[in-house]
Amino acid sequence: MALTGMDIYKLLPKKNCKECGFPTCLAFAMKLAQGGVEAEKCPYMSEDAKTRLSEATAPPMRTVRFGAGDRCYTLGGETVLFRHEKTFVNRPRFAVAFSDTMSNEEIQSKIERMNKVDYIRISEEMYVEIAALECKSGNKDTFLSLIKRVKDGCKKAVPMIITSDPEIARAAVEECRESGPILFGADEQNYEAMVNLAKQYNLLLGVTALDQEKLYDLVQKIQNLGYRELLLSTGSTALKQVFDDVVNIRRTALVSQDRTFGYPTAVFAHKLAKEKMMQLAIATLFVEKYASVIVLDDIDYSLALPLFALRQNIYTDPQRPMRVEQGLYRIGSADENSPLLVTVDFALTYFIVSGEVERSKVPAWMLIPDAGGYSVLTAWAAGKFSGKTIARAVKEFAVEEKLKTREIIIPGKVAVLKADIEDELPSWKVVVGAEEAALLPKFLRDYTGKKVS
Amino acid sequence: MTYKKPVQKLAGKIREITLGENLKLGGESVLPFYSFDGDTGHKPVIGMEIWDVHPENWPTTVMEELGDRVRNPVEWAKFCEEKYKPDFLCLRFVGANPDMGDRTPEECAQIAKEVAEAVTLPLVIAGCDSNEKNGKIFTKVAEALADKNFAFLSAVESNYKEVGAAVGLAYGNIVVAESSVDLNLAKQLNILLMQLGVKPEKMLMNPGCSAVGYGYEYVITTLDRIRLAALDQNDATLQLPIIMPVSFETWKVKESAASVEDVPEWGDQEERGIAMEISTSVGILAAGANAVVLRHPRSLEVVREFINSLIQ
Repeated sequence: MALTGMDIYKLLPKKNCKECGFPTCLAFAMKLAQGGVEAEKCPYMSEDAKTRLSEATAPPMRTVRFGAGDRCYTLGGETVLFRHEKTFVNRPRFAVAFSDTMSNEEIQSKIERMNKVDYIRISEEMYVEIAALECKSGNKDTFLSLIKRVKDGCKKAVPMIITSDPEIARAAVEECRESGPILFGADEQNYEAMVNLAKQYNLLLGVTALDQEKLYDLVQKIQNLGYRELLLSTGSTALKQVFDDVVNIRRTALVSQDRTFGYPTAVFAHKLAKEKMMQLAIATLFVEKYASVIVLDDIDYSLALPLFALRQNIYTDPQRPMRVEQGLYRIGSADENSPLLVTVDFALTYFIVSGEVERSKVPAWMLIPDAGGYSVLTAWAAGKFSGKTIARAVKEFAVEEKLKTREIIIPGKVAVLKADIEDELPSWKVVVGAEEAALLPKFLRDYTGKKVS
Repeated sequence: MTYKKPVQKLAGKIREITLGENLKLGGESVLPFYSFDGDTGHKPVIGMEIWDVHPENWPTTVMEELGDRVRNPVEWAKFCEEKYKPDFLCLRFVGANPDMGDRTPEECAQIAKEVAEAVTLPLVIAGCDSNEKNGKIFTKVAEALADKNFAFLSAVESNYKEVGAAVGLAYGNIVVAESSVDLNLAKQLNILLMQLGVKPEKMLMNPGCSAVGYGYEYVITTLDRIRLAALDQNDATLQLPIIMPVSFETWKVKESAASVEDVPEWGDQEERGIAMEISTSVGILAAGANAVVLRHPRSLEVVREFINSLIQ
């Protein structure tokens, strides 16, 4: 629970020494309660008071880690329920589920499908980050051979070891310790052994109990053992209940400010529905509402394209719009005589415009200058989309060397830029394009039609 | 310490609107699917898209199932009602577009009338890409379907007077106020329509939709903010149920439209289209939409199952 200014004051030396920069200990305590100053500013606080304070003033949800090296991920650390309040910070990670009772062929084909989904979308590499490996056989060697196969088969995925048997868990951890696996998990029966194992190898520990109340009690017990690298999940088997659990774990942490539930959550979508599209629906819900690890039965592009795009959208900082990389983009089989369009580097604009150009089936080039990541009109108003910035991009991306065309199509909304651009690029002709992206296919067809005739 | 489950009590409630004779939307006093907080109101509903012209580039299996019926909106509508059992039908006048045949408002009204007589489900009437033309179509169609309580997609800033007056005032139907992904614009258009005299019970809103990946964060955030304003701050001008034509957006984006030949590694085109439609629908339903329009029967099935498993 959060401490009030008075609670904090009781922990202070009450010397009023002013060394913290505040006139009195009480003033310092009040500021500390609001999070406006660090506890370390007080040089005379006892160690015990410091620990209690840093616990009390810590963020409501812990940031935890798993993985190793290049494949190290952070989860949790969220401070708001809605992204417009500030931003969501640590995106959920996707997992594909394996079990050691699956046939060799099934395991192999899943590994292949996982490896196949790997692509870049707006400067972010998209792939499945976790292989959820469940021990269903109860046999250590069978489980270890699954871990080995998946570890060798999907180099990119960090293993999540799923077993409630501490013996098997220990062997499994030793099998893949170098990749920083998630250990899932601790329950009412095994938690002491699991905590010891997680502590020894410094692992993110999955904790599970039947419902919210039991999970709450179990987390307290684990915290009392001094371990706080946790990932929570209830054992609920119905979507409605899991949604209740995930939302209320988040609200307990952020609204009630009770750090017992101040940890990220995992959702096993593949246990809530068998069918692929239903799993997609469930995963969509939990990307939006608060899960940090989402486990699916399988992956292919039909699942990845919406899910990764959604995740990228939802976890964009509302104060910093997504930008595409500046450059000269080829759409379709454009050659040196194909039309050239210019628009801004605001990702949404780029996606909509490039989508319409593709829809037109007219091969074309798109030039993206540094326009500050704003939309067309905003960038123009801010002077970021101007004759100068466009001319600079023409030069920087060697457009005159790459293309024969000397006509550049500009967005219809900024027709006023025509003269400005022609001043900066004397050998070019500026063509005023469509006012809206939706009108581009017709515009491009007319434009190229005219060229031919 | 024992666990104390948090509960969020909200001051406001979304207005209950009846589409047609008895399809009720809205009525919730909690965030979407938050049944643990209180009353989730009426279950979100799903409509299916029907065109006045033969559709181009629709998914193969949908076209196969529909067969020759796509040449006749009446047959098409009857088939969808019987076979897929959506909650409503969305009749979309693509052929009224000045570039797509320029069907006259009188012809549109005739088609709408025939469809309405052939089916029992309520209709949502959607126009074409031209807002100017839509003003004219909606006036005629609303007249032909007077007092049916059908919804019209949509009144926008440039035509709200014409659409609001005809649909909402003169002919007793429901005006959908459409704005482009901004809480203040949504609120402003609702107020303008109300000032025009359209009663709130004859209004729905569409605060702007896009497919996942295409500025979808703005869509979700706008919905979040609208619902919080309506429920938490009790803003009566935003307490209207929300309808979104999801399929209008999702089937044209690259993920759905690119053929297997174009992008072999992406695999089956139809699966991708269905997935985009499902994901986009679920995302907006979870942020506050009360009704969605879909194209693929499989999406309808999955989204319905999803809704049912969250509200029971």
